[in-house]
Amino acid sequence: MRVEVDVPKCVASGQCVMIAPDVFDQREEDGIVILLEERPAPELHADVRESAVVCPAAAIRVVEK
Amino acid sequence: MTETLAETTAEAEEPLPEFPMPRATGCPFAPPPTAQALHTERPVTRVRLWDGSAPWLVTRYADQRALLGDPRVSSEATRPGFPHASAGFRENAGRRRSFITMDDPEHARIRRMVTAPFAIKRIEAMRPEIQRITDELIDTMLAGPAPADLVRALALPLPSLVICKLLGVPYEDHDFFQRNSSKLINRHSSVEEVVGANEALTDYLDGLVAAKLANPADDMLSELASRVTAGELTQRDAANMGVLLLIAGHETTANMIALGTVALLENPDQLAVLRETEDPKVIARAVEELLRYLTIVHNGRRRVALEDIEIGGETIRAGEGIIVYTSTGNWDSEVFAEPERLDIGRDARRHMAFGFGIHQCLGQPLARVELQVVYGTLYRRIPTLRLATGVDQLPFKDDGLVYGVYELPVTWAS
Repeated sequence: MRVEVDVPKCVASGQCVMIAPDVFDQREEDGIVILLEERPAPELHADVRESAVVCPAAAIRVVEK
Repeated sequence: MTETLAETTAEAEEPLPEFPMPRATGCPFAPPPTAQALHTERPVTRVRLWDGSAPWLVTRYADQRALLGDPRVSSEATRPGFPHASAGFRENAGRRRSFITMDDPEHARIRRMVTAPFAIKRIEAMRPEIQRITDELIDTMLAGPAPADLVRALALPLPSLVICKLLGVPYEDHDFFQRNSSKLINRHSSVEEVVGANEALTDYLDGLVAAKLANPADDMLSELASRVTAGELTQRDAANMGVLLLIAGHETTANMIALGTVALLENPDQLAVLRETEDPKVIARAVEELLRYLTIVHNGRRRVALEDIEIGGETIRAGEGIIVYTSTGNWDSEVFAEPERLDIGRDARRHMAFGFGIHQCLGQPLARVELQVVYGTLYRRIPTLRLATGVDQLPFKDDGLVYGVYELPVTWAS
């Protein structure tokens, strides 16, 4: 799995950080997404997929391999 | 052929359903029966509003997500065709502009000025303080007479105290701002009442921003004041944002605490789970399910189409109003099995109680922590908590932008 984030689209709802804190974080100055793990470990995949589904701004893309 | 034509004519002459619709007597948590029927039969259909206009009501989860995420749909409340909740709301649309009624890129620029304090880690850091306030409010209630009104004892003061601290608004003024925000978001308020409440609140916040310009502190109004100094916002814009954050910060969570408690008391098996757990994951799940089940922002997310949009077998034309009715979306059996059942063990994270799309609630991390603390504390500390009146006697808040109860008499074994 590879994860991509579209920073300009992000609205800082924080849901990805809540669901997958090992993969996503937020910038201190405005809460905008920071991608910590471009290739997350398999045990995190379900949480990453859920983060992409609930992201209100469709700013998370999951490329399955 | 003749029969089909007759049917078509009859359908054309059938009066449109009026919106908002009444809930069924005895079913205070369920979306109105008419809306549920439309969800099954005509998921994208026109409804009649107070002013005679006929915007589209969208009742299915999938269509709602698609529309709220669609840049061809505008939140600009001053556009012709925008479906207003009342004459007061319409009058106010031109007076108080804030990022919730703006489209990108302006929306993104302004919203990002206030997102930092709501980041997950910063809100998590507030949890001990939120716990302390919750415990103190419960102590005070228990020390007083029973029955007590849970709205005044806990549901309203907790989020009010927290948002006041975050913004830098003196809590001593709570009677003033709570009274005016109730008026501002009530669709039965007259135009004069809405405009008056808006001016009172905006002038009040304007004064606070001015004070922060002179004496900045570590709070959000001071941050907004610094944007005024930097020329990024006018002082009036900063005051408008302050009003929005203050209202959104207390009305919503307050109603979730009170109405959620009613729902749990009516579902004793679910309440028992919360009463007996200290597992944060169990409590967090329960919060998501209660958000889904109750959808307290119950007047629909309102938009206007910028272009023609095909959705649910209908064409919404450019300039037509859209009401995305998340109350039925959150009860859509395609997404949530047996939606009418409150099941705090289910995974309800895909609910749209905070909306969806770029305007999704900014304060959701704060709301979640407040609700997790309250639902995880109140029933454990008062295991005998019960209503002091019948559910059918409760004054439900059907006339506001946010659903809930005006008061909640509760009692307990001392």
